[in-house]
Amino acid sequence: MTTAFAASAREAGDPQLTPPRRGGRRRGWTPYLLLVPGLLWLTLFFIVPLVQLGSASLQSQWPGAPGYYYRDVNVGNYVDALSSYGVHFLRSLAYAGLATVLCFVIAFPLAYAMAFKAGRWRNVMLILVVAPFFTSFILRTIAWRQILADDAPLARTLNALHLLPGGHITETWVAVVAGLTYNFLPFMVLPIYTSLERADPRLLEAGRDLYADRLTTLRTVTIPLAAPGILAGTLLTFIPAAGDYVNAELLGSDTSTKMVGNVINSQFFTVLGGYPTAAALSISLMILILVLVLGYVRRFGTEEVL
Amino acid sequence: MSRTRSWVSDHLAMIIAVAVLVYLFLPVLYTFVFSFNNYRRSNITWNPEGSPTLKHWANPCGAPGVCPALVESIKIGALATLVATILGTLIAFALVRYVFRGRSSTNVLVFLPMATPEVVLGASLLTIFIQGFRMDLGFWTVVIAHIMFCISFVVVTVKARLQSLDPRLEEAASDLYANPRTTFLRITFPLALPGIVAAALLSFSLSFDDFIITNFVSGNETTFPKFVYVSYTRGIPAQANVIGFSMFLIAVLCVIAAQIIGSRRRGVAA
Repeated sequence: MTTAFAASAREAGDPQLTPPRRGGRRRGWTPYLLLVPGLLWLTLFFIVPLVQLGSASLQSQWPGAPGYYYRDVNVGNYVDALSSYGVHFLRSLAYAGLATVLCFVIAFPLAYAMAFKAGRWRNVMLILVVAPFFTSFILRTIAWRQILADDAPLARTLNALHLLPGGHITETWVAVVAGLTYNFLPFMVLPIYTSLERADPRLLEAGRDLYADRLTTLRTVTIPLAAPGILAGTLLTFIPAAGDYVNAELLGSDTSTKMVGNVINSQFFTVLGGYPTAAALSISLMILILVLVLGYVRRFGTEEVL
Repeated sequence: MSRTRSWVSDHLAMIIAVAVLVYLFLPVLYTFVFSFNNYRRSNITWNPEGSPTLKHWANPCGAPGVCPALVESIKIGALATLVATILGTLIAFALVRYVFRGRSSTNVLVFLPMATPEVVLGASLLTIFIQGFRMDLGFWTVVIAHIMFCISFVVVTVKARLQSLDPRLEEAASDLYANPRTTFLRITFPLALPGIVAAALLSFSLSFDDFIITNFVSGNETTFPKFVYVSYTRGIPAQANVIGFSMFLIAVLCVIAAQIIGSRRRGVAA
């Protein structure tokens, strides 16, 4: 019974199952003509720049001429970059990982309520989730700086109760993780909501009838139904969070909460001769994220993400 | 007591949901409130003297640089949206409607920019603009970069719409002797249009709000997010709050209007 429901839900929800029709007849040159302009753009302004960045990450500086580089295969840039900024890498992964988990914990009940409990309020709630996006994210992050500031109610209350060990929220990792969580939350909510909305509510009822216990229903029915959305949401949250530097810049401290994005940014713009290091850091970040993403998708993945 | 408890446990998901929505809106509320602040040097702390004031709303362009930055952001957003929507829609049609060699590598190429952190995209574009193409950084380099990262999102959005269409509608048209062109213009395109519009709106909001990539490739060009970021250290004018909150209002009103029109149409169709 359950499997039949699941199969029908999957069929209704997953258009991938209907293969492109009339493939034989509509072969020929047309698809390539449709693809050429867009793929050319992506090649010129995504692939070629990455290759150039890769080559820049191996360049060496002319001795005695800071700011001038020549083509080389200087793997030392990577060694320097990773030995000097390894801690920033780990910090980025830790902050992004933590923010992703928090996003999931906050997003799941919201998506669940929207999909199954909201009734006619569903569309209103959907608009409300997306709406804050339209205020510039820099402005919202600065607003968080104000909300978390030492003289604002939250920090004052916590300090009065002696619950704030260092006395501050801003300038700590807590503020940075809070900012990342806030900024990428809708990227977690929307995919989970989409998966749950496609699911048949009768599956949940059946689950409740069979298991009766809410937690078991959640674990064995609801979460598996939301799995493709959870997977997509995790990626959409983790990737931008790991590369972000705005939250660390605006909410964090000058020294102890800098992420790898901050280093890349400042090496590019303010450090003379920091350019190959910054390129090496960028390439390392990209490879690290791709490896993590591929491993993750392979472990939990479905076709749908790609 | 037990009645309250069962009410709470019945509505638990909804209670959490409302709390999360409040949390999402808290910074927007702050932005709104501080647009009425009669601030002295920096609009970070509330000045009780003379606040709230309407003077920033009466003169939204009063602070130097804020309106030119807004105009640049709108121009860049419009251009990037136009080009990315066309290029991305073409790719989506090819991917959904045709079987061809290289289909899966196309999917990967479209997916990769979304899986790349913005710092990496920005850094690589800066490198190619300076070292490779030798272009001057400014308006056009920002437009090029925005088109690049919007294309993937357009492809994904339009593709989802095309895949959800009932193939029988097109088959019916060709059964009724419509030639492929008529079928496309009268059936396929109108059905795909909501997806294309959604993709265009998504592109515009991504472009309008982008900071990280823009900051790498913009040179002296100042967009609205860059203006806010750069003025943060010496104090953001309250006019930025006015504009930020107005954009939010305009967007919400547009979405609501679209919803109303959409539901009316659906009413007519049914």
